Amino acid sequence: MQRVGLLIVTLYAALIGGTELTFELPDNEKQCFYEDLEEGAKFDIDFQVIAGGNYDVDCFVTDPMNNVLYEEQRKQYDSFSHTAALKGVYKVCFSNEFSTFSHKTVYLDFRAGEDTPLLPDMNRATALTQMESACLSIHEILKVVADSQTWYRLREAQDRLRAEDLNERVSFWSIGETIILFVVSLGQVLMLKSFFNDKKTNVATST
Amino acid sequence: MTVVASCVGVLLLFAWFTPSKALYFHIGETEKKCFIEEIPDETMVIGKYRTQLWDKQTGSFLPATPGLGMHVEIKDPDTKVILSRQYGSDGRFTFTSHTPGEHQICLHSNSTKMALFAGGKLRVHLDIQVGEHTNNYPEIAAKDKLTELQLRVRQLLDQVEQIQKEQNYQRYREERFRMTSESTNQRVLWWSIAQTVILIITAIWQMRHLKSFFEAKKLV
Repeated sequence: MQRVGLLIVTLYAALIGGTELTFELPDNEKQCFYEDLEEGAKFDIDFQVIAGGNYDVDCFVTDPMNNVLYEEQRKQYDSFSHTAALKGVYKVCFSNEFSTFSHKTVYLDFRAGEDTPLLPDMNRATALTQMESACLSIHEILKVVADSQTWYRLREAQDRLRAEDLNERVSFWSIGETIILFVVSLGQVLMLKSFFNDKKTNVATST
Repeated sequence: MTVVASCVGVLLLFAWFTPSKALYFHIGETEKKCFIEEIPDETMVIGKYRTQLWDKQTGSFLPATPGLGMHVEIKDPDTKVILSRQYGSDGRFTFTSHTPGEHQICLHSNSTKMALFAGGKLRVHLDIQVGEHTNNYPEIAAKDKLTELQLRVRQLLDQVEQIQKEQNYQRYREERFRMTSESTNQRVLWWSIAQTVILIITAIWQMRHLKSFFEAKKLV
């Protein structure tokens, strides 16, 4: 019975892991995310703006006492690490209030606490065999590879969206310029003709 | 042995349902919150959420309120709806992607009793796991009777498989990016030539038209 209780407690304590979210932030709006953390828990926040306007956003992080731990204006991407000094609710906010018409797509990666152990009774304190420690190091390296892939995926998404935007703009403005060209040349000819027509009638009336 | 079995049972139950300490945010009554997941194909995604409602009387958030549901809508990269379901105040939704790309997961509250929502704030705890993070390793160990070492190797295999899928997806995306860039290049080239030609033709037309106009007016 005690063992069950202990296992449940360890499960709750260790289940924090990490959350990756990509969300849309409309203009003039603020979006906040909250996480309940224990004292001494280490957390990492990574964010990147994938789409919208100048690809920048305001971000600030506060602790349970409303002290500002991190505050940046108009950042494209950043990373922030902190060890929780207090137990309570920590807040991460993103603000697009400076923008009047462009909504932003923001990627957030909030990692807190320890990774969930593979099996409930895997106790990290006991010594690992060589095979097990090899597996563990491969696991850690693969996590780095996966994170690196996520980074590149986000950069690629941002570049691709910019390229698609450019493509659209090129079409739009090419057609626009052709129309303006026709309108202007026609307008010039008509105006010039109208000058001479008026002058003719003026000459006719004065004589 | 029975203690261990019951432990595993209890763990499976908890692992299945509740994101006990996940990131949470506030949502208004008619507000729709959407999240984007860019994933390769044949990837499983499991989302778990838990809601709490603001209670004016106690001045705090009450746990799970009956009658308060969340509507979950999931769209694939072609904006086709692949899941559109009503869940209770605590829910778990899962889907597997069949096309690589940006999937959109939208949540909005669908309360049956409007009075419940008078405070205006609903707290949603959300946990979305993608790919190899969706695997429930204690369950796999129990089902296939794997030792700890075998389970670790299985986890590594799953991780590598997911990395491989992501790389294939990256190749597909790069191709799209390249096509877009080449299309832009072509468009810039052809429109520049076309505009120069139109400009020259318009200039010639203008001069000829004005010349005939002046000749008619006996000015030339």
